[in-house]
Amino acid sequence: MNFMLSKEQEMARTLFHDFAENEVKPLAQEVDETERFPAETVEKMQKLGFLGIPQPKEYGGQGCDTLTYVLCVEELSKVCATTGVIVSAHTSLGTDPIKKFGTPEQKEKYLRPLASGEKLGAFGLTEPNAGTDASGQQTKAVLDGDHYVLNGSKIFITNGGKADVYIIFAMTDKSKGTRGISAFIVEKDFPGFRIGTKEKKMGIRGSSTTELIFENCIVPKENLLGQEGQGFKIAMQTLDGGRIGIAAQALGIAEGAFEETVKYVKERKQFGRPIAKFQNTQFQLADMKTKIEAAKLLVYRAAVAKDTQKIYSVEAAMAKLFAAEVAMEVTTKAVQLHGGYGYTREYPVERMMRDAKITEIYEGTSEVQRMVISGNILK
Amino acid sequence: MNIVVCIKQVPNTNEVKLDPVKGTLIRDGVPSIMNPDDKAGLEAALRLKDSMGAHVTVVSMGPLQADAVLREAMAMGADDAYLISDRAFGGADTLATSTTIAAAIKKLPYDLIITGRQAIDGDTAQVGPQIAEHLNIPNVSYAEDIQVEGDTVTVKRQYEDRYHTVKVKMPCLITALSELNQPRYMTPGGIFDAYREKTVTTWTVNDIEVDMDKIGLKGSPTRVFQSFPKSLKAAGTVVTLDGEEAADYMLEKLREKFII
Repeated sequence: MNFMLSKEQEMARTLFHDFAENEVKPLAQEVDETERFPAETVEKMQKLGFLGIPQPKEYGGQGCDTLTYVLCVEELSKVCATTGVIVSAHTSLGTDPIKKFGTPEQKEKYLRPLASGEKLGAFGLTEPNAGTDASGQQTKAVLDGDHYVLNGSKIFITNGGKADVYIIFAMTDKSKGTRGISAFIVEKDFPGFRIGTKEKKMGIRGSSTTELIFENCIVPKENLLGQEGQGFKIAMQTLDGGRIGIAAQALGIAEGAFEETVKYVKERKQFGRPIAKFQNTQFQLADMKTKIEAAKLLVYRAAVAKDTQKIYSVEAAMAKLFAAEVAMEVTTKAVQLHGGYGYTREYPVERMMRDAKITEIYEGTSEVQRMVISGNILK
Repeated sequence: MNIVVCIKQVPNTNEVKLDPVKGTLIRDGVPSIMNPDDKAGLEAALRLKDSMGAHVTVVSMGPLQADAVLREAMAMGADDAYLISDRAFGGADTLATSTTIAAAIKKLPYDLIITGRQAIDGDTAQVGPQIAEHLNIPNVSYAEDIQVEGDTVTVKRQYEDRYHTVKVKMPCLITALSELNQPRYMTPGGIFDAYREKTVTTWTVNDIEVDMDKIGLKGSPTRVFQSFPKSLKAAGTVVTLDGEEAADYMLEKLREKFII
């Protein structure tokens, strides 16, 4: 067993760290306060290849591994969870399914611009009445000659309104239940497709989370991803990968809050000495750091499993479950150790605590992760 | 056009502490980086490559760990890399260093050589100009801007209170200031290629033509007698007075201290 990153992964981490410190951190507070999508950062990341890290070079990607992509999301999320999730949703949810299930023509047409970052991707599964129970899809797709006609709506879609390409799930045969769901590649300009309400959120406020509306949306037949009825399988396998991205985001948030806290407790003086001198502070820090390291090992292991194992659902679920709960716990403790200042927007830890919460919810709640893990134990 | 860029791996001096007894740098555990002036020189070369096409070769003299800065340079866009590394080169001062590097560069095709002005761990600013001397080519130091047209390089040379515009025919050597530009970031794919698809060629003393008496400690006339940290001075006082009052004030202070 080797717990060392390779030299190239170490150097990539330095790159992501420097980029995050210089380009992302200075905008983080403003992006949060104004709920602004950081388009300028996305453009910079596109030029540097951050939007195609684990994608094959033959399609314009960077040709790196999943762990390197995880390091990117982690470093970005240390300073700005919004930026972290933009990359994660684009890569794991918007691009990976085309890489895995796309035809050579679909890869040429869609994977290439997504891997180079020229186009931004998104993924639409959740509906008002189909969240954790994704099988309750109400969006319908009906084949009509050379195209499908989509009707219905999706909610809580990350990169909604900013993405150019959407992976959309719809029922092609309701009688077959989950086996009646199909996946489609939908371009933002397809007739009958529009963006609905933008959500106002507690955290990751710069991330664009919107409703997607399909009213007799025309989708060419060749944009069916995989086979008819394969949609649920595509969605679940895509989410296995997505969970590793969110686990990396959660890990980054926890580490970011921890670093801020270490800095603060050394400076803040009470009773005539820095609060770092009190054993309560020391023990809290010890617990926070230990949990962060444990989360890191689970997240990195899941990333390696994605590249080396055919099925990695349990590794991904454990990584996301644990990292998300550690992020919530560490950020809450970080605010507590900052005292009153931690509750104000003068310090970034309150933002980090708000950002952490979503990692326990999206791309499968913590409860869903427990279902995946226990289901595997008791199968 | 062939451009050779000399780069050095240095300790990140922002994080270096001084041994209070010995007066030397404590390098243990300090992260190593590409020297900032050298990085600006590399960026200048890569911009010439982007705008007019060029083959960019990076050269570094140092221990085997210096491989990392050469990989970093290739991840930024350099085409190939040479590491000049041998125990025989150890203990070299600027003269022995420039002798060694010049001997290596003689084996490479070059029209333009770019080095950083100085390294942040030594601040001598001597190696670049000395390489030019060894190669018998012109040298323009402290470049703030570099333009190439045909076989001529136009350099904006920085002084404290002015700059000179100097035109020089290639082959020549230019030393770059970190103010020259904002070096680009690497790309993730560039990093992976630098490690997995490109190679750093290591040259030992047997690979270059050099007089053994002119390299390493033996070839180094410089002797460091003592190094010491700058002594701390008390904070000064700023007073704003007009000419005559200021003179009176100064006289009074000098008398107070029994200087006059």
